[in-house]
Amino acid sequence: MMSAALAALPATPGVGATQRATAVRVSNLSKVFGTGRGAVTALDNVSLDVGRGELVCILGASGCGKSTLLNVIAGLDQPTRGTVERLGEPSFMFQEAALFPWLSVERNVELPLRLRHVPVTVRRARVAELLDLVQLTTFARRQPHELSGGMRQRVALARALAHDAEVLLMDEPFGALDAMTRDILHDELERIWLATGRTILFVTHNVREAARLGDRIVLLTSRPGRVAEAFPVSIPRPRRIEDPDVAALARRVTARLREEVARHGD
Amino acid sequence: MAIELPRLHGLSPRLVPAGPEPSRGRREVAGLDALETPLIPTTSLGRRAWASVWPKLLALAIVLGAWEAVVWTGWRPSYVLPPPSAVLARLWQELGTEGLWLAVWTTLRRAVWGFGLAMTIGISIGVLVSRFRVLRSAIGSLIMGLQTMPSIAWFPLAILLFKLSEEAITFVVILGAAPSIANGLIHGVDHIPPVLTRAGRVLGARGLDAYRYVILPAAMPSFVGGLKQGWAFAWRSLMAGELIVVIANKASLGQLLQVNRELADSQGMLAIMMVILIIGIVLDSVVFGTLEHRIRRKRGLLGA
Repeated sequence: MMSAALAALPATPGVGATQRATAVRVSNLSKVFGTGRGAVTALDNVSLDVGRGELVCILGASGCGKSTLLNVIAGLDQPTRGTVERLGEPSFMFQEAALFPWLSVERNVELPLRLRHVPVTVRRARVAELLDLVQLTTFARRQPHELSGGMRQRVALARALAHDAEVLLMDEPFGALDAMTRDILHDELERIWLATGRTILFVTHNVREAARLGDRIVLLTSRPGRVAEAFPVSIPRPRRIEDPDVAALARRVTARLREEVARHGD
Repeated sequence: MAIELPRLHGLSPRLVPAGPEPSRGRREVAGLDALETPLIPTTSLGRRAWASVWPKLLALAIVLGAWEAVVWTGWRPSYVLPPPSAVLARLWQELGTEGLWLAVWTTLRRAVWGFGLAMTIGISIGVLVSRFRVLRSAIGSLIMGLQTMPSIAWFPLAILLFKLSEEAITFVVILGAAPSIANGLIHGVDHIPPVLTRAGRVLGARGLDAYRYVILPAAMPSFVGGLKQGWAFAWRSLMAGELIVVIANKASLGQLLQVNRELADSQGMLAIMMVILIIGIVLDSVVFGTLEHRIRRKRGLLGA
């Protein structure tokens, strides 16, 4: 299970990835909460390879253990069985921006750099760069409560990027935003992802969102969470959520997802 | 088990700034930001200051008026209950004497010293109790209970332990204030939104860093609330102490109060009471109130 071998592993079957190293490898992962008869199996034997620089959307209905999967990959939770290998410590973005309300926008973005004892001049430059990336330079001195939900999520994204991790885990980051803002943030995320070359694991329950963003959509079943099917996405970028190809793929994935949900109604 | 993979060299993600692309996307984002940033109507500083001052002045006038009216009715002879005009005149006169200022100095020095010690002790206990679960169950409720103990009830013990001395007063001031300060901190740590601690953890704040950068700042509003309450208790305990523990050749506000009562000098007594009240209010609202207001405003915790 040693990691050094991973760099030379064959490519992930992602789109546009001819020969890609692995950034995250989840092998036979199971997660059980509680013990005895009351035990709940959240994840059952999940295996998943994410290539370096790939944007994988993990999709599922409620109770599929999407968030549990991210927490285990992040190291916030320990797996019951199986292993997680990853390229460095991942960065994490939550559904809530989780900005520190006592810090200004720029201080929030700066915090991960401070925690790693990055010298102050480098920090300043890096924060300026990141705020420009998320287009919030003019709001650098504001406090989080003065921003809209979409702006806060962009600050959270800049803060996560400041962590300088190879892998970025996103747990329904746009779930609480209105459709218009979400649409624009999809464009933003795609642009930033292309610009930074990060590996992104994006958890969502929104099929359109997954089809709009992913290189690959991994559909999880619910209770317990298993990999039901993986859909490679070959729609060229930049995409738009209203592209017919995106809609067609979303329809296919939705049909599969509904099948899964219906199983629980029997 | 999470296994760390080594980072590959030469392939680290490069960061391309958004650059000067005059794209539609950029303008859309800027437009949405402009629309979604709340417009905050501003009023001039003078108007705001007046709006907060006049109700206070009116309330003060009503209180003084009611007091004057009670004196007019002749309910008590004026040498027992003098009118506010006479007390204010006496206060003005006292303010010109060295004695009052020396007393204020002694009392304030005790207050600052006692409160400072109470802060040190309260913060240490607060951090320990919020950090260690065992300590929490062991002394958490005790600290809560200590808050309800009237500080004057500590004096018999304090006098036995320390005689009629400065230490006796300090002891009681600390016991009055430290539990509130500790409680404010513990309560603050208890009520940190879990998502903030999680965010701190994924950003790399662990151990002491977590305290310095996440936990203590997050607990700050409640902590300052505790400080404010602690100050009120410290000030009360100190006054009780100065009335009871009389130290020779050391005039303090409490002692002046006692002396005036013994001389049946109501005017002098009420003038000293005003000084005590004013100092209490100034520290409570000007020092702690301002601090609290500033913290809450910065975090968007103020209504409107």
